[in-house]
Amino acid sequence: MTGISRRALIAGSTISSAAQGKPLVLGYIYGGPKNDLGYNQAHSDGRQALGKLPGVHAMDEASVPETVVAEESMSNMIHQDRADAIFATSYGHFDPFTLNVARRNPRVQFFHCGGFWQSERHPNNVGVYFGFIDEVEYLSGMLAGFATRTNKLGFVAAKPIPQVLRNINSFTLGARSVNPQITTKVVFTGDWVLPIREAEASSSLVDQGIDVLTGHTGSPRVIVQMAERRGIYANGYQFNQASMAPKGFLTGAEWNWATVYTKYAEMLRAGKTVVDGSIPRRLTGTLKDGFCRLSPFGPQVTEQARQAVAAAREKIISGSLGIYSGPIRDNTGRVRIPQGANVNVTDPELDKTDWLVEGVLGRTRS
Amino acid sequence: MIAYKPARIIESLVIPVGALLTGTALFGLFCAALGENGFAVFHSIYRAAFADWYSWQNTLTRAAPLLLCGLCTALPARAGLIVIGNEGAMVVGAIGAVSAGLAFPDAPHIASILLMAAAGMICGGLWICIAASLHHFRGVNAVISSLLLNYIAIALLNHLIEGPMRDPASLNNPSTRPLAAAQHLGLIPGSRVHDGLLFGLAACAAAWFLFSRTAFGFSARVVGGNIRAAQLCGIGIGRVLLILSFLGGACAGLAGMVEVAAVQGRANASVNTGYGYAGILVAFLARHNPAGIVLVSLLLGGIVASGGMLQRAHNLPDAAVMVLQGILFLVILCSETLYGRWTERRLRAN
Repeated sequence: MTGISRRALIAGSTISSAAQGKPLVLGYIYGGPKNDLGYNQAHSDGRQALGKLPGVHAMDEASVPETVVAEESMSNMIHQDRADAIFATSYGHFDPFTLNVARRNPRVQFFHCGGFWQSERHPNNVGVYFGFIDEVEYLSGMLAGFATRTNKLGFVAAKPIPQVLRNINSFTLGARSVNPQITTKVVFTGDWVLPIREAEASSSLVDQGIDVLTGHTGSPRVIVQMAERRGIYANGYQFNQASMAPKGFLTGAEWNWATVYTKYAEMLRAGKTVVDGSIPRRLTGTLKDGFCRLSPFGPQVTEQARQAVAAAREKIISGSLGIYSGPIRDNTGRVRIPQGANVNVTDPELDKTDWLVEGVLGRTRS
Repeated sequence: MIAYKPARIIESLVIPVGALLTGTALFGLFCAALGENGFAVFHSIYRAAFADWYSWQNTLTRAAPLLLCGLCTALPARAGLIVIGNEGAMVVGAIGAVSAGLAFPDAPHIASILLMAAAGMICGGLWICIAASLHHFRGVNAVISSLLLNYIAIALLNHLIEGPMRDPASLNNPSTRPLAAAQHLGLIPGSRVHDGLLFGLAACAAAWFLFSRTAFGFSARVVGGNIRAAQLCGIGIGRVLLILSFLGGACAGLAGMVEVAAVQGRANASVNTGYGYAGILVAFLARHNPAGIVLVSLLLGGIVASGGMLQRAHNLPDAAVMVLQGILFLVILCSETLYGRWTERRLRAN
């Protein structure tokens, strides 16, 4: 040890490990199973896309509950696998679990899907990311609008929170842009994963005469499955559920986390960090940025519908079609977005959405 | 007769070790069926559970509740009563402990810990006594009744945390109000392992002392060995069964107290962790022997602690460690039928 200062030793070891080309190690945790054909599988799918990148090792743990177990999973990734960055994907993983581990491991970076970072309270090695999927729901709603014969659509939703209400609204706006006679009947189940209640709700909606069904739950696989069984059309959400309804599947709004995770991996590999802001504190994107996309169209989508949706997609991407363009009334008749106003989907004002758009049959208080 | 004792010792080593090896071999086949190398998987389990001090601490943290939950089945089993209500007793113990803690939020540290431990132990003990009483006084099968009591305990917990005991500030994850900082159980100095491990080891030592050094322990073994003989000797069967069930339940209740006071800091649905069910496995694997429980808890704690590593390193499903536990349990239950065959043959030969 003589003749070598501690600092030189540490500096030397850093350089040598960089020279050896230590892979960038990323750890992902999901709140549920990674084959749920829904939210968790969408994240897992995004992680798998990193397998193509050289020098990146992305590992994951599924069904990590929103308890101290999450802290332990993250700590194990850091201490046993030398993770450089952790991606926590379930809403409840954020506070306090991700924040606690981040405080204890200032050299590791943490990214959380959907969290809200506060500079005065939260450690600075934490970033958040999310996507705005309203525009894709709008396009999905357009296809539903072309397909329906009864002019009645069904929507099985988990909870009346802004994120869900926005999807119901944009789906309905899309459908009504095709045919203003259309209504969307909404049923709230109360939680993200309640397959039996989702099946019951789906079935009762079909009994009420709807002929296109979609939903926003942890995974709408049961909803899509039930639609197929009852012989009506289905639109998916979160992930591609076409396999659940080979006949009646139209399309769906799905996440494309591969874009986001590839972006992060490239920034991290370039030595950037969220601590000094070279990685944005909050990374968000829309249809245009490839954060989300439409599922491939099912066999019964007509050529006319295909072309109309493709044209609307181009207009949304070019910015000439705003899906939240006034006047927009809620389903009690109150004007929410006035004539002439155009609210961008990234506008924080929409995060306070507590109303359902005109044409939706249902209430935000279930 | 001379050859009998060594034969019995050899048997009590060979059968559990053989069962463990068979179980691991079957799990290896399971991994192979999923396209993974079984040996690599076992190396990962070793790496995640026992390779260094960091991993050992994960294992020890999980071994603590397993020690206590294992005793819940092991103690009454020595007197011949099979109770599998560990999960329920743990949950009820957690409810008791958190209620006591929240009732006296300003008590000093030591007093709070003692109070919460006592409350947890009494609740858990009485809970298992319900099953034992039903067995002794009404002839109800204790395996079934204690299993069903688990569901009642979990329903009670869910009712309390979503209703009367709910902290209004717990939105997405209904919980009781948090315990005060002074009510949290400490860590063993120099580690991340909480004092619950010491509770578990102390309970195992006490159980060993009870069975091998006291008259009560001897009478319990007589009851377990031959209930008619025990009756002829004038041993109060009901007293022995109820006391052992209370002590067993108290251990599981203490595990519940540790879970709220050292891990969660409050009671919520996560208190229902599955350690209780794993405790049944621990007790049977250890053949209800307190020293065996220590070893088996470490082994099982390690297996549970390696669940994440198996996903990360081998892309195995998150239920893989449950599969391993289930295979081990089945193989061990089957191996129970082998005891006595060899020794009896030796006896006859002599």
